[in-house]
Amino acid sequence: MASKKEPVVVTGLGALDKPAGDLITWVDQRFPLMENWKAHLSEYYAPKNFNFWYIFGSLAMLVLVIQIVTGIFLVMHYKPDAAKAFESVEYIMREVPWGWLVRYMHSTGASMFFVVIYLHMFRGLLYGSYRKPRELIWIFGVLIFLTLMGEAFFGYLLPWGQMSYWGAQVIVNLFAAIPIIGPDLSVWIRGDYVVSDATLNRFFSFHVIALPLVILGLVSAHILALHEVGSNNPDGIEIKENKDEKGIPRDGIPFHPFYTVHDIFVVVIFLMVFSLIVFFAPEMGGYFLEYNNFIPADPLKTPLHIAPVWYFTPYYSILRAMVWPFFWIDAKVWGVAAMGASTLIFFFLPWLDRSPVKSIRYRPALHKYIYALFVVCFLILGYLGTLPPTDGRTLVSQICTLLYFAFFLGMPWWSRMGQFKPVPARVTM
Amino acid sequence: MSNEQSVDSGRRGAIVATSVVGGIGGLCTALPFALTFQPSEKAKAAGAPVEVDIGDIKEGEVKVVEWRGKPVWIVRRTKEMLDSLAKAEPQLADPKSERKPSELTPEYCRNQHRSIKPEVLVAVGICSHLGCSPSGPFSPGVNVALPGADWGFVCPCHGSTFDLAGRVYKAKPAPDNLEVPPHMYLSDTRVIVGEDKKGA
Repeated sequence: MASKKEPVVVTGLGALDKPAGDLITWVDQRFPLMENWKAHLSEYYAPKNFNFWYIFGSLAMLVLVIQIVTGIFLVMHYKPDAAKAFESVEYIMREVPWGWLVRYMHSTGASMFFVVIYLHMFRGLLYGSYRKPRELIWIFGVLIFLTLMGEAFFGYLLPWGQMSYWGAQVIVNLFAAIPIIGPDLSVWIRGDYVVSDATLNRFFSFHVIALPLVILGLVSAHILALHEVGSNNPDGIEIKENKDEKGIPRDGIPFHPFYTVHDIFVVVIFLMVFSLIVFFAPEMGGYFLEYNNFIPADPLKTPLHIAPVWYFTPYYSILRAMVWPFFWIDAKVWGVAAMGASTLIFFFLPWLDRSPVKSIRYRPALHKYIYALFVVCFLILGYLGTLPPTDGRTLVSQICTLLYFAFFLGMPWWSRMGQFKPVPARVTM
Repeated sequence: MSNEQSVDSGRRGAIVATSVVGGIGGLCTALPFALTFQPSEKAKAAGAPVEVDIGDIKEGEVKVVEWRGKPVWIVRRTKEMLDSLAKAEPQLADPKSERKPSELTPEYCRNQHRSIKPEVLVAVGICSHLGCSPSGPFSPGVNVALPGADWGFVCPCHGSTFDLAGRVYKAKPAPDNLEVPPHMYLSDTRVIVGEDKKGA
C-alpha cells in the first residue's frame, strides 16, 4: 500500500489536514458536533405558526429529566425489600434531609408526565400529526406511552402500601386471563404464587433501569423520525412544499433560538405549577398519592375501595365495563381484551383517519362534535374509574366504552363525512 | 440490477446459515434469563399446610388465616345464612360447582354449602376475577351491590358478588366461584388447610 504514490482524493476527512484553529473545529474533525447542533436545533426549521399545543413535547422531555434525576436520588435511600420498602419510603419522607422534596417531585412528576403526554397526544389528534409521512413518529410515540404506563405501574409497587400491593395483584392477574398460558404467565411475572418480595425486586429492576433505557431509546427514535420528516403545524400544511432559493421552508423558523426561547418561557410557567403542587398539594386530594397507600401492604385484606392512580382510570373503567361472557369466553377475558385494545388501537390511528385534511381547523363542525364527545367519554371513563362500581355507573361506562371504540372504528367513515373547508397554501398565524 | 446477477448463491447460503445459527444461539442465551423469572425454590417450598383452631369463631363470624400467602376465610354460618344459599341459586353462575371442579372445589365439598360441615365454610378469599380479596360477609340490606341486597361477599375492585358459599353471581366480572382449598378436620375444632385425607 505504502509503495503506491497515486494522489488520494480527499473529501470530508481532508479537513483534518487543516490546523484545528479552535476547539469546536478540533471536535468537529472527530465528532459531528456542529452538524448535529445544526440538524436538530439551529437549522431545524419548524413551522412558524406553532401554538400553545406545541409545548407539550418539550415539557415531556423536561419531566423525563426530572423523573430521572429525582429517581437517581431516591434509589440512594430506598430499599427494595418487602420487609423494609414501606419503612424506607417513610424514612425518605421523615429522616433523609430534603428527602420529602425529592420524593414529592418524583410522585408529582409521575402524574404530570401523564398530564403532559395526554395533552401531547390530543394535539396530534387535533392537527392530524400522525398522518403521512409522520406515521412512525406516532408509532414511536404510542410505544413511549405504553412503556410509560409500564414504568408507572412498576414504580407504583415500590412504596409497598396497600394500593401498591393490590394494584399489582390486579394488573398481574390480568395476564392470568389470557387463555391457556395465562395462569403460568402470571406466576412467571410475579416470580411467586402471590405478589411478594420476588415481585417487588424485579419491579424495582424494571422501574429503575430496564424501562428507563427503553424510554430513552424510544424518545430518541421519536425525535429522529420527527426531524427526518419535519414538524406538522396547526394548519396541517407541509411547509417543506414551499421552500425559498436556499432550500429553507418559507414558513419555517430555526428551532433555536425561536422555539427554545418560547419553550423556556413555558417551562418557567410549568415549573411554577409543578412547585405549587409539590409544596401545597402533593397528594392532590388522593389522586396523585392515594390515601390507602399510606397503609403498609397487607396480603390478607383488600382495602374496601381500590382504584388505580388517575392516569389509568379510563382504561380501568373499560376493563370493568365488560361483564358479560360472549362465545363461551369469560367476561374477564373480554375485559382484559377490551382494555388492551383501547390502548393498542392508538397505533392504527394513521390509517383509520381518512379525512382529506389533517387539521381540525379545516374539518367540518361534525368532526369537532365527535372529538368533543370522545373527550367527554374519556373523562367520564376516567372519573368512573376512581369510584366503586354500581349498576348505574357500570351502565354509563359501558356506553362510554362503546363510544370510545366507535370513535376509532368508525373513523374510516366519519372522517370523510361533511363539508371540508379549503386548506390555505401557506400557514396562518 | 447487475448486483442481482452476481449473487453468489453459496455465500448467500452461508449468510443464511450463519444468521440462523446465531439467532438460535441468541435465543438459547436469552432462555436462562427468562427462566430466572420463575418462582425460586424458596418460594415453592413456602406452601406448607396451616393448622387452624376454629373453636373460637362465633356464629356469623369469619376468621382469616394465611395459606400460601393468600387469605383463607373460615366462616361459621348461622342457620339463617345457610337458608340464604338456596334462595340465591337462581341468580348464580355455577350453583352446583361444576366449573373447574378439580381446581376450585374438592369432591367432598361439591354440595350446596360447599363445605364438609354445613355451617363451616373454608374458602380462599381471593376473587376469581383479578385476585382482590372480597369483603364481607354482608348481612341483608347492607350492601346494595348484592342482588336483592341479600347475604354475601362483594369484591371491592370490580364489584363481583358471591353468596355465602363463595358461589359467584351471574353477569359479574368474576368467572368462577371462590376456591375451596383442600382441608380436613383434625378434631371438632381444629382444621388443617392445604391438606386432606387424599394427601393432596
